[in-house]
Amino acid sequence: MDNILLKMKGINKNFSSVKVLDNVDFNVYKSEVMALLGENGAGKSTLMKILSGIYSKDDGEIIYDNETIDLKSPFQAYKKGIYIIMQELNLISEFTVAEAIFLGIEPLKVLRTIDWNSVNKRAAELLNSLKLSFSEQEFVRNLSVGNQKMVELARAIVFNANIIIMDEPTDALTNVEKDILFNVIRDLKGSGKSVVYITHRLDEVFEICDRVTVLRDGKTVYEEKTSKVTKGILINRMVGISKLKENYWENIERGDEVLKINKIENIYIRDITFSLFEKEILGIFGLVGSGRTALAKTIYGYYKCNSGEIFLRKRCVKLKDCLQAKELGIIYISEDRKNEGLIVELAVKENITLSSLRKYCKFCGVIDRKKEDRTVKSYISKLNIKVNSIDDKVVYLSGGNQQKVSIAKGLDCDPLILILDEPTRGVDVGARREMYNIINDLKRKGITIIFISSDIDEILSICDRVMVMYKGTMTGMLDREKMNKNNLMSLAFNVKI
Amino acid sequence: MSKYKLLSNKYVKVLIKYPTLTFLIVFSLSVAIFNTQFLTLGNIFNVLRQTSVNAIIAAGMTFVIITGGIDLSVGSILAFSGAILAKIVINEGNIFFGIAALVIIGILLGLLNGIIICKGRVQPFIATLGTMILLRGATLVFSEGRPISFGSVEHAKILDLVGSGYFLRIPIPVYIMIIIFAIGYFLLKHMRVGRYIYAVGCNEKAAHIAGINTEKVKIFAYTVCGLLSAVAGLIVTTRLSSAQPTTGAGYELDAIAAVVIGGTSLSGGRGSIIGTLVGALIISVLNNALNIMDVSSYYQMVVKGAVIIMAVILDRSK
Repeated sequence: MDNILLKMKGINKNFSSVKVLDNVDFNVYKSEVMALLGENGAGKSTLMKILSGIYSKDDGEIIYDNETIDLKSPFQAYKKGIYIIMQELNLISEFTVAEAIFLGIEPLKVLRTIDWNSVNKRAAELLNSLKLSFSEQEFVRNLSVGNQKMVELARAIVFNANIIIMDEPTDALTNVEKDILFNVIRDLKGSGKSVVYITHRLDEVFEICDRVTVLRDGKTVYEEKTSKVTKGILINRMVGISKLKENYWENIERGDEVLKINKIENIYIRDITFSLFEKEILGIFGLVGSGRTALAKTIYGYYKCNSGEIFLRKRCVKLKDCLQAKELGIIYISEDRKNEGLIVELAVKENITLSSLRKYCKFCGVIDRKKEDRTVKSYISKLNIKVNSIDDKVVYLSGGNQQKVSIAKGLDCDPLILILDEPTRGVDVGARREMYNIINDLKRKGITIIFISSDIDEILSICDRVMVMYKGTMTGMLDREKMNKNNLMSLAFNVKI
Repeated sequence: MSKYKLLSNKYVKVLIKYPTLTFLIVFSLSVAIFNTQFLTLGNIFNVLRQTSVNAIIAAGMTFVIITGGIDLSVGSILAFSGAILAKIVINEGNIFFGIAALVIIGILLGLLNGIIICKGRVQPFIATLGTMILLRGATLVFSEGRPISFGSVEHAKILDLVGSGYFLRIPIPVYIMIIIFAIGYFLLKHMRVGRYIYAVGCNEKAAHIAGINTEKVKIFAYTVCGLLSAVAGLIVTTRLSSAQPTTGAGYELDAIAAVVIGGTSLSGGRGSIIGTLVGALIISVLNNALNIMDVSSYYQMVVKGAVIIMAVILDRSK
């Protein structure tokens, strides 16, 4: 077609032998908004990072304006007119709006000093043309998230971008801010610019986008005009075939109610109600930013509830902090092993007993090192953790072994409820199988497991029930009979099933 | 062949693993070759006594620095608690009451630092800079800017033994130093709180999520530091039979130097109290050796500064 502005052809990308992009094709049309859809890990972000020069491609071709280009750095992409607005804000909060917009491309005077008059004047004109109501002298830190996105957009215009990539731009925006953003996008389109729009909100695809591309497992599976598709078609295209053939689910009769959550709410989550039972694995599925981790951390007392109740074995508990949750038998194993889950600079032994050290203390807090060593060694053999010595630093272990150390740490607290947040992330296939067997083992022993994952296959393979979240709310609770890919995906995109 | 044998020797391995200890030994031996005065029992005990005050403060500083913090107020706590001790000895005449007050003051001031930092959410550098200036001022107000001397108080003579007395030819402060380092080592190595101190220093967020009361751990470290500063104050004050309101100024830097030379990382989570002892010894051996060799004190500072930098570079390249 004539109006293709940019064409990415046969893009391949591997991260340490894992294929993230597999022969991907992607087009951007002149004066159009292209939606880029796909579930977590489908490769959207990687593709856009290649387009904006942050990552380099292994293979493939990028044709822009009938010319093959090779982007080696974000700055080169800027110069070509390709600008990415990341999901997280990238502005310096202590700068004024004018300073932030012109950072790196300040107009200079004769002696190479910055021409502040010109900076401020052009910034003011720009804000005016975007119909924004704040002053160019305002500090970035005083702006709402929505207005900060607008500043980034203004920056993209200053860079004379022809293609503006937006990753989840409406993520933290109010409805009013969203409408302003959409108006700006329509204006941009009118002036001949193209937009790539990454989102998890299907409504917005139909509201603002002209075409849609769906990625699945690192491949392009669909491209069509939005006028010709429905939500159902899109969800269908996003859902792939199962990669995980084995079924790990074990049919065990569940026990008594352990935990009851009644309408808990805070700034991250809204109106969550559910019950948990002994001998069950409850999956929590949702896309990134759906509030899964926030819910887990709220149950663990890391975030406070503003309202609602938590009943543990029918007794109402008010959780003050993690320490209290731990003592009540609620344990959370973080998805972020490096920063939250483990203390990687410490030894395997010290990590495993970190949460339960009290058990090993005789009097006045003196550690019984023999008892500690015995327990640690028993976990190492039980969970098959591969270490040379229990004094090895955790930082040198593989992802799978680190995860097992993390789980051993949780188990040593004798939990009633074990919350596993993405326990198989960054873990190889063999270790994954081991992990599923360990989890089933715990289920048989009567421990309640909350299993948070972005991987639909593993959720379907191991969980007794699954709860689906969307933007901090619960969109559904599915029993085993109703658990299938389509249902999970629909609920994750907040589409009725 | 003999080279490999040497490298696999147990003692040689220790020396390679701890470059600062090697430096201390090599340096001491080379000074001893050139100067016969250096390796006499008298001089060794003298060096140890001179080390004791800095080493004791540095022991407390080690606790704080492992948590990832810093304590600049140690010199002021030393002076303030010493002044209180001197005043009580003169007014009440009861040395035990005086010592008890000194210990309690040290604990309370350390606690205050910890509370300002944890509950007030003030950065350790700023919080202890504040208490450093505040307590120095308070000491000057309290003493009216003059030394508080108790040399003439009759039954305070026994108190002077703490700072200047000997037992079996070894100075009393050396015993105090050894006891403190033994306890400190045990605390960090064998007790729960010690494990938590390392955990908090390595990764406070992960420690918090593991269900550790990180604030309590940090407050404990500052309290230990305050207490040990007061103990150092006891030694300094009783050695002179007098509390000088300006004493201890700049001691925080010597203590930090000892900790850093000893291999403890200023970013927290890594280090040992034995390293600190070696660090403190290096500083005082350097001073002593350069003194014996009649090197001017100006040059001593140049050498000390260079050694601090070298020690850290050596430690990084390990």
